[in-house]
Amino acid sequence: MAQAMTFTYTVPGDDFTRAGEASSSIKKTLKKIGVAPDVIRRVAIAMYEGEINMVIHAHGGQITVEISSDQIDMTLADTGPGIPNIELAMQEGWSTAPDDVRSLGFGAGMGLPNMKKYTDEMTVESTVGVGTTVRMRVYVHQ
Amino acid sequence: MTINDIKRILQARTLCEGESMEREVHTACGSDMMSDVLAFVKDQSVLLTGLVNPQVIRTAEMMDIICVVFVRGKQPDPSVLALAEERGITVLSTDMRMFAACGHLYENGLRGGCDI
Repeated sequence: MAQAMTFTYTVPGDDFTRAGEASSSIKKTLKKIGVAPDVIRRVAIAMYEGEINMVIHAHGGQITVEISSDQIDMTLADTGPGIPNIELAMQEGWSTAPDDVRSLGFGAGMGLPNMKKYTDEMTVESTVGVGTTVRMRVYVHQ
Repeated sequence: MTINDIKRILQARTLCEGESMEREVHTACGSDMMSDVLAFVKDQSVLLTGLVNPQVIRTAEMMDIICVVFVRGKQPDPSVLALAEERGITVLSTDMRMFAACGHLYENGLRGGCDI
């Protein structure tokens, strides 16, 4: 790939049924340009978890994905309530999702840990009352 | 076993025919929590669930799952099936409960694909 490609998505916060459209679109793009299936899967799962989090906790947000020949960078930014304790939020099973979200099959407290598991690098910056930005990187060549 | 075999074993109805009913599958998982599917599932081709919403199909798509089986006779709405069709994912529905459906498939050779 000669040039890096950048994609930006607005994730609607009020429509759970549409959550995942951005991840689905990126998955298709990566497939089209011939990225290895294992890398595609890791990117798709991590981004999908992030997208779901945005809808559940932050009333949506913006996702930017930069694809270059070496790496795929995902930046998920929202202006939601923020995460008071990131260390706690990174623990498996810790969840602040309401019961109605659990009835939809999410909110088991696996989102952030899973995003970390599937990516090579991940940082979470959050300010209560201002919002959260999650940056994830997956290297194309393992 | 093939997806057609799953259909026969579970006495299931085909709600959406994906790429091929003759695709070979070796492993499956059963869960109503998509969070857990995303966290624990690895290389499974079939998902059995009692949860009926579009995120089941989205989860299957992200995990490269090629067949979703709705248990307990659950019937998804047309938008869920439309999404599955678009993604080439086969959707079956069986009246069996989750435990029985998983048991029948296991008995016929399908495995969980996990170490434990």
